[in-house]
Amino acid sequence: MHVVVVGAGVIGAACAEALSAAGATVTVVDRSGPAAGTTGAGEGNVLVSDKEPGPELELAQASRRQLPELLAKLAEELGQADVEWQPKGGLVVATTDPQPLHDFAARQREAGVQAHPITAREAFELEPNLTREITAAVHYPEDGQVQPVLLATTLLSAVRQRGGQLLSRVTATGVSKHALLTDSGVIACDHVVNAAGPWAGDFAAKAGAPIPVLPRRGVILVTTPVVDLVRHKVYDADYVGAVASGDADLQTSTVVESTPAGTVLIGSSRQRVGFDDTIQVDVLRELARKAIRLFPKLRNVNVMRAYGGFRPYLPDHLPVIGEDHRVPGLWHATGHEGAGIGLAVATGRLLAELMTGRTPHIDPKPFRTDRPGLAL
Amino acid sequence: MTVVVVGAGPAGVNAAVTAARAGQDVLLIDSAPRIGGQYHRQSFRAKEIRVAHDRVKHLPDTSVWAIEGNRLHLTGSRVVTASRLILATGAYDRTLPFPGWDLPGVYTAGAAQAMAKGQGIALGRNVIVAGTGPFLLPVASSLVDVGVKVRVFEANSPSQNWLRETKALIAGRRKLVELAQYAKVAPYYRERTAVIAAHGDDQVREVTVAKLDQDWNPLQTKRIPVDAVCVGYGFVPQLELAISAGCRISSGFVEVDEDQRTSVPWIFAAGEITGIGGAELAAQEGIRAGAAAAGVQLGLTVDRRFAEALTRVYPVKKGWRGWLTDDTIICRCERVTHRKLQAAAENLTATRAVKLASRAGLGVCQARICGHTVADLLDLDPTTFARRPIATPIPLGDLAANPVEEP
Ligand SMILES: Cc1cc2nc3c(=O)[nH]c(=O)nc-3n(C[C@H](O)[C@H](O)[C@H](O)COP(=O)(O)OP(=O)(O)OC[C@H]3O[C@@H](n4cnc5c(N)ncnc54)[C@H](O)[C@@H]3O)c2cc1C
Ligand SMILES: Cc1cc2nc3c(=O)[nH]c(=O)nc-3n(C[C@H](O)[C@H](O)[C@H](O)COP(=O)(O)OP(=O)(O)OC[C@H]3O[C@@H](n4cnc5c(N)ncnc54)[C@H](O)[C@@H]3O)c2cc1C
Repeated sequence: MHVVVVGAGVIGAACAEALSAAGATVTVVDRSGPAAGTTGAGEGNVLVSDKEPGPELELAQASRRQLPELLAKLAEELGQADVEWQPKGGLVVATTDPQPLHDFAARQREAGVQAHPITAREAFELEPNLTREITAAVHYPEDGQVQPVLLATTLLSAVRQRGGQLLSRVTATGVSKHALLTDSGVIACDHVVNAAGPWAGDFAAKAGAPIPVLPRRGVILVTTPVVDLVRHKVYDADYVGAVASGDADLQTSTVVESTPAGTVLIGSSRQRVGFDDTIQVDVLRELARKAIRLFPKLRNVNVMRAYGGFRPYLPDHLPVIGEDHRVPGLWHATGHEGAGIGLAVATGRLLAELMTGRTPHIDPKPFRTDRPGLAL
Repeated sequence: MTVVVVGAGPAGVNAAVTAARAGQDVLLIDSAPRIGGQYHRQSFRAKEIRVAHDRVKHLPDTSVWAIEGNRLHLTGSRVVTASRLILATGAYDRTLPFPGWDLPGVYTAGAAQAMAKGQGIALGRNVIVAGTGPFLLPVASSLVDVGVKVRVFEANSPSQNWLRETKALIAGRRKLVELAQYAKVAPYYRERTAVIAAHGDDQVREVTVAKLDQDWNPLQTKRIPVDAVCVGYGFVPQLELAISAGCRISSGFVEVDEDQRTSVPWIFAAGEITGIGGAELAAQEGIRAGAAAAGVQLGLTVDRRFAEALTRVYPVKKGWRGWLTDDTIICRCERVTHRKLQAAAENLTATRAVKLASRAGLGVCQARICGHTVADLLDLDPTTFARRPIATPIPLGDLAANPVEEP
């Protein structure tokens, strides 16, 4: 079986890895190259803490379990698989009404998430520089982070090691029976996987199978390196509301985290502004304000960089994973919005299971392309 | 509404004064405390330049850290709205990596010049100036002035290359007169020669000097003792504001028409960000930009023939890549070696992916030092490393504060 994956972002890479592990011959094409899109433009949080119980949380929990196992396997196969994986846990804090956070955590616990309410004192032990104004704190030991570009390139290394191919600077322009059409010729294959991220809607339309994927802009601030100011990942409890909302207006939900290099990342905003990537200072200001509210000492730390990208999202805020109901042989794996890094591994595995006719390890139904939430 | 000029070097100062004389209110912004830019600021030989016009307001010690439409965000939580913008942000000197270039005692030519001229510091008794370009001569000359024994190694062969540039030589005859004052370094000047490695434990003690072929591949080498090395391989334009403002960049510089107008109609650019040609050309371009921004026709043309010839006479040739070893540091801020860069960047095509995978260019200098090098090594577009929506680091507290409108 020969499968061509369109898109060498983390989702395309994870699909390609899982397919090659399942015995398929895999070719990955990208109009630029690995991690040239959203995957190289965001953070690498692997979170269960921010998700309501439901299909996305299930996918996230599966992915979180599989990630360290897969990395261990790849390390053996490739000699190394250093993706800066840090299972360091996250801390969600409320600075206003504590009740919504406690309710949310209780629902998550029922769904099997480790969500431990802790006292303010315990929170300060975990994060000594945290604001003293917190009203509630919940510790999520399962939260972790990776370096997204390294995750994508490591997955692709495994694909190539197993005889797969990576074709950079090749743009997919459509499909025909048993082939992918590209600007550099026709590639014969049994299946095509659309993992083109925020541009997946464009490719899907050209392939005759439109899906309503849209971009949602996000920016992140990066500080100069500081020693020990932030130890884990800390989120403002207002995060949860913003993730689930489809509002076009600016939303910021604060995630403050340190990286192995000592820089502090402050993310991130959510805005629907098409593919416009001009910088908006009021967005940066909002991020800075909220970060300082959580860690007052950040006030004197320099911000040296701002960057961002476009999250691929679908109107009902769930990804599509599976075969298109209109064009047989065309599969979609996209629409992971602000969680593609954390959802990648299980997405790849689910897609490979469906394509090779194995029993899916999670229920694929909520991610089908013919679900009501995607009706055009 | 105001004409805003960013950069108070020869280009910016002349632009400001010209626009003011044409009746405009001008705000002249520079991150340095004094007017003059790179050259005049630190050189006692260069004429001092002053801004004597009451329509020009000079804002010293102020950096423009972001451009958003016609709003300029300034350090210290200030903003200013510009009716016309003139970018004159200049260029900084380029270094090429070689084994040992990160040792104490290896300086950029610009830094060496600043120390010798500005502060009278000699760097050592026995100093090598290496690289390419006419700029090596004033650097060497100022070192001679403070009593240093200097040798100058020019990697190209300008004495041959200029023979093919007669028109440019005539156009640049005044420049030649300027260069003639450095005749005192001629006895210590060698062409097709470069420092390809520096050696020492805590500080540079010796260097490997190579005779080069025309592509800069080493032919013969020898080791010689030194106290310090000053390196300069041309200049890198300071493009981040122009890029943020959406100005078109071509061949590595801001593209301008004969009025110094960029592809964004209300923004003009002058000086080294539009091409490297020395202080005098920068000043002329500034005059044109100032006039055009004020809506005045000058009927004066700028002769760029000499400047254009400079890039042909003093190119950076590919052979320097062969000077590197696996362990040579490429990015100083993040201590990324050549081996690590090559391994991390394998198969990558996008600059941001390369930066994140290798960490090259992610440190405090934000790829100002290594960006061009990394781009050359991996065949990427160097201007992609100059995308810095935040042009200069600012405290988060300043970003968070409500900005005050600069009158
Ligand atoms: C600011 C920000 C912060 C984020 N933080 C997190 C986080 O902390 N945790 C998390 O899990 N997620 C996060 N995300 C989301 C995550 O980055 C995305 O969900 C994920 O990267 C999507 O991956 P992808 O492979 O679907 O898309 P992409 O990475 O965009 O890959 C798509 C690829 O397809 C290629 N392509 C497009 N069209 C074609 C074509 N016609 N032919 C060939 N190739 C084509 C593109 O070049 C691109 O390389 C964040 C996103 C942003 C913007
Ligand atoms: C050490 C040295 C010695 C030189 N010697 C000679 C010589 O002998 N003869 C000769 O002809 N040329 C010489 N040059 C070249 C000469 O300096 C340049 O040709 C000339 O300075 C270019 O002028 P400019 O106005 O384009 O830029 P610059 O003089 O570089 O001025 C740019 C100004 O912009 C400011 N700036 C940049 N970004 C920002 C920002 N974001 N916010 C606020 N301000 C900003 C900088 O602080 C700087 O003052 C020398 C250069 C150097 C570095």
